[in-house]
Amino acid sequence: MIPLVGWHPHETWHWLSTSPLLGITLTLAAYAVGRWAHRRTGSPLLQPVLVAVVLVGAVLLATGIPYRDYLHGAAFIGFWLGPATVALALPLHHEWHLVRRAAVPVVAGVVAGAFVSITAAVLVTRFAGGGRTLQLTMAPKAATTPVSLALSAQIGGLPALTAVLTILAGITGAVVGPWVLDRIGIRDLRARGLALGAASHGIGTSRALHENRTEGAFSALSMGLTALATSLLVPVLLLFL
Amino acid sequence: MSDLPVLKGVLVLLGCQLLGEVIVRLLGLEVPGPVVGMVVFLVVLRVSRPRPSSSLVRGPALLLNHLQLLFVPAGVGVIVYLDELRADALPLAAGLWVSWLLGLVVTGAVVASLARIGRK
Repeated sequence: MIPLVGWHPHETWHWLSTSPLLGITLTLAAYAVGRWAHRRTGSPLLQPVLVAVVLVGAVLLATGIPYRDYLHGAAFIGFWLGPATVALALPLHHEWHLVRRAAVPVVAGVVAGAFVSITAAVLVTRFAGGGRTLQLTMAPKAATTPVSLALSAQIGGLPALTAVLTILAGITGAVVGPWVLDRIGIRDLRARGLALGAASHGIGTSRALHENRTEGAFSALSMGLTALATSLLVPVLLLFL
Repeated sequence: MSDLPVLKGVLVLLGCQLLGEVIVRLLGLEVPGPVVGMVVFLVVLRVSRPRPSSSLVRGPALLLNHLQLLFVPAGVGVIVYLDELRADALPLAAGLWVSWLLGLVVTGAVVASLARIGRK
């Protein structure tokens, strides 16, 4: 006699832990909690991305699910970063009348910012005792994730660690970026947006978009141009650093 | 179209990215495909001037509203590197935050001062 019902916890867990369904559900649920916490407290520290990364990371570590298996599903979410980058043309289009008139400060600011970001990333990492691989891993971190990742692979860094550093730079900008800009007295909305986009790419831009429409548009512009400037400057600067 | 308010907008985004990715590969450009896609989409918006209720606005707005969600999967990668982060905590923390702060301050200061000159 073959029993009709059984008890298969191991098979079920194996299916669950490797199924795309888990990665997607877990990510969306953690993000929903992050949104809720952010709205509930209004605290800039509780950025949804930060809350979600901590929650998902804790679940994976507690259950022993490898990051690789989590990505089976989560990769479907990460994929939308590309189309979302394209979507950043929308705030640019809305503020085009301002963008067009600010071409010189925009280009000068972004090039100066990318130059300083890359140079300081390599030199400070070195002086604090980091080896060459670590310096190369740090160098492209100001560019948005898909770009910093590709650059890191190209110059011999650790791409996945670069992605993590990039996201940490983004979260830092979302949490304390506007506060720092207040402290040093930068009130021009265009300058604030450009600074946030240059140092903290898409995550800084999401904060800027929530602060002000003009600030968001300039942050989006800055993120795109910084990705471009970083891809061009990193290979050149590394010849001297 | 009223049944599919977001679909058409998302489709246009995918089309622009696809075009961007193909262009950078065909021409061997050192620029990321999505950034070229952003320029393509900007041209589409400048030419078509969609109304706020259009799918061309609502699709992208949906993605931008949840921009932070899209960074979560790569951010969780931090758990793979916990040992490296602990072993090299000082160079990583110093390199990350000092260069982040300098990048932010220099960009903001350069733009603010040039914008002030421009207004005079």
